[in-house]
Amino acid sequence: MAHLSASAVKQITEIVKRYENERTPLMMILSAIQSEYGYIPLDVQELVSDLTGIPVAEIYGVVTFYSFFSLNPKGKYVVGVCLGTACYVKGGQSIIDKFSELLGVKPGETTPDGLFTLSALRCIGACSIAPAVSINGKVYPKMTVGKVQEVIDEYRKLGGAN
Amino acid sequence: MAKVNIKIEGHPYQVEEGLTILEAARECGYEIPTLCSFNHGECSLASCRVCLVEATGARGLVASCVYPVNEGMEITISSPKAVNARRASVELLLSNHSMNCQQCDKNGHCELLYVAQITGAREGKYLGSKTPTTVDELSPSIVRDTSKCILCGRCVARCVAAHGIGILGFEKRGFNTIVAPAANRSFAESPCLQCGQCVNVCPTGALMEKSEINLVDKAKMEGKFVVVQTAPAVRATLGEEFGMPIGTPVTGKMVAALKRLGFDRVYDTNFGADLTIMEEATELLNRVKNGGVLPMITSCSPGWINYAEYYYGDQLDHLSSCKSPHQMQGAIIKSYFAEKNGLDPKDIFVVSIMPCTAKKFEKSRDQFKHDGITDVDAVLTTRELAKLIKRSGINFTKLPDEEFDQDIMGEYSGAGVIFGATGGVMEAALRTAYFVLEGKEHEAIKFEQVRGMKGLKEASFKLGGIDIKVAVASGMRNAKVLLDQIREGKSPYTFIEIMCCPGGCINGGGQPYVKPQFLPNEDLNILDTYREKRANALYSEDERLTLRQSHNNSQIKDLYAKFLGEPNSEKAHHLLHTTYNKTRVRFPEK
Repeated sequence: MAHLSASAVKQITEIVKRYENERTPLMMILSAIQSEYGYIPLDVQELVSDLTGIPVAEIYGVVTFYSFFSLNPKGKYVVGVCLGTACYVKGGQSIIDKFSELLGVKPGETTPDGLFTLSALRCIGACSIAPAVSINGKVYPKMTVGKVQEVIDEYRKLGGAN
Repeated sequence: MAKVNIKIEGHPYQVEEGLTILEAARECGYEIPTLCSFNHGECSLASCRVCLVEATGARGLVASCVYPVNEGMEITISSPKAVNARRASVELLLSNHSMNCQQCDKNGHCELLYVAQITGAREGKYLGSKTPTTVDELSPSIVRDTSKCILCGRCVARCVAAHGIGILGFEKRGFNTIVAPAANRSFAESPCLQCGQCVNVCPTGALMEKSEINLVDKAKMEGKFVVVQTAPAVRATLGEEFGMPIGTPVTGKMVAALKRLGFDRVYDTNFGADLTIMEEATELLNRVKNGGVLPMITSCSPGWINYAEYYYGDQLDHLSSCKSPHQMQGAIIKSYFAEKNGLDPKDIFVVSIMPCTAKKFEKSRDQFKHDGITDVDAVLTTRELAKLIKRSGINFTKLPDEEFDQDIMGEYSGAGVIFGATGGVMEAALRTAYFVLEGKEHEAIKFEQVRGMKGLKEASFKLGGIDIKVAVASGMRNAKVLLDQIREGKSPYTFIEIMCCPGGCINGGGQPYVKPQFLPNEDLNILDTYREKRANALYSEDERLTLRQSHNNSQIKDLYAKFLGEPNSEKAHHLLHTTYNKTRVRFPEK
């Protein structure tokens, strides 16, 4: 836990305390940490283990079981390309391939500048506007390979600014 | 307990309500093939699907290890439907298995191979890709090979049940699932105790001790003077490897076998145990007299030392500074013994036969190396010794009884023998403390209060006008109770014995596997009784001996008179005591 700052330790301790009366608090704790920090590295899992008594290996198991949790920091913009059945039939795979080519990362990876994480999604319930792409919650309907560069540029322009 | 009427294969039986089909069938004389299920639900619960049977009232086939019996249930084990399903389950497991049985150290004890044989599973029935493999050989104690893992979860459950720490867990999902320490790290880079309890329950070769037989071979080839010593708990279990009933003491045959294996000296670690008692009892009495840190805790068990360093680094002053018996004996062999025999310590190779995998780690600790010389050079488990004996064509059961070498360190007391069972070190220390404080021997010799297989025991005595309250714990789950008391400043005890493995060394991670399917002549409840049976083998040897107190061992007296001076002398401290690591990192940076 050498790398956790005092404020992070305090904040995570507070999160764990929030769920201390729950019978099975682990999912809630991890969800809160994921939302707060965007990822759950091993030293954070170790801290949660110390605070809850749940073995680190069990926590690690939960983190790696659910795709919602991440072990590594995600980019500022998470580009989710739907590969559910409808989107896949309508060309979702070529959309994600194009993102992969232009961003220079494979699905699941983050660009070295920390701006983009490319992520493959399984059906986001937007089948009527397939193929769909979702970036930080904003949905791009009926995506085409031709529009990919334009979308990337839109976020590049926003850059790291908040 | 209410009874229910069931039928198995058309025969009526009455069994206890609440039993699973597997348990009920076992009581009625049927052994349903099973793989993941272990004693009292120590498993992932019904993951292997090998125990499928037909039962009325159920939809389809049911996993008998979790499905409870109920009134009027008719169970069929032998129907073609059930037989074929069980075979298919095993074939599916085999399809993701590495299948190098010939090279596998678990061969002969492999439960997967056993169910494959009895279900008639065919190799190569389902072909396809295999889960990516991790082979972790970094730890000096345990090797983990995921290509042999069937995801039964026994190891996960055992680590939690015994120690409450849960080093192993299920990681990732679906086809990529593996059982591993957090982040698929090595045991060497996780806060693992190296105790090997997981190895003992693993049905396949996925978890094994790291063999050091090759080190012993090499030393012999190089013409080293090879000295072997055997831990007390080994004599209580070695016979099991040769089909002898659990609880048969085989001290004489074990010595005879070691002499036939070409060791230059065969000694008993009990001598080291007696030495430990002299040092530890003196340290304790000094602490009591001089207001030292109390309670003092024993330090024989390397798994326990690992636990203390990883989880109670702030309480290490409570640990006795004594090395464990085999390390003490190794240090004496490479000093006193070398001197007496005109040998250069560099030419001596010390092999310890231990019931333990953590001892392999222990011997490689930096604290046990001085000027390039290690106290102990190789540690073999009881299982590895059995392999060595079998490999050498020795017919163990037909061997005569022979005696340990008697020169210099051949004598040992019953107090040393009982070190192998939980409470044994405590009792041995009490025998000597009684003599020191009361000025005479304890008449009954035995201290029954600290015996037995309970995980947590306590007792109080008045010795020489001093009230002494003691506690004994085995399994880190139980030790934690005592350690938390100490941390809170509420511990009422003077002296505490802690052993890592539940029941002590007789149940160590290097001991013969207790797998009921391979022990047809043992009782049905053998998993509940084997520890006690093994402990009784040690207590019976203690009873047979005339020398039963460490302080009456004449060769120990000689050692002090001619070499060490007195217990806790400067020389004794240099050779027989050690230090601990207060800042051991649980998950070190890689």
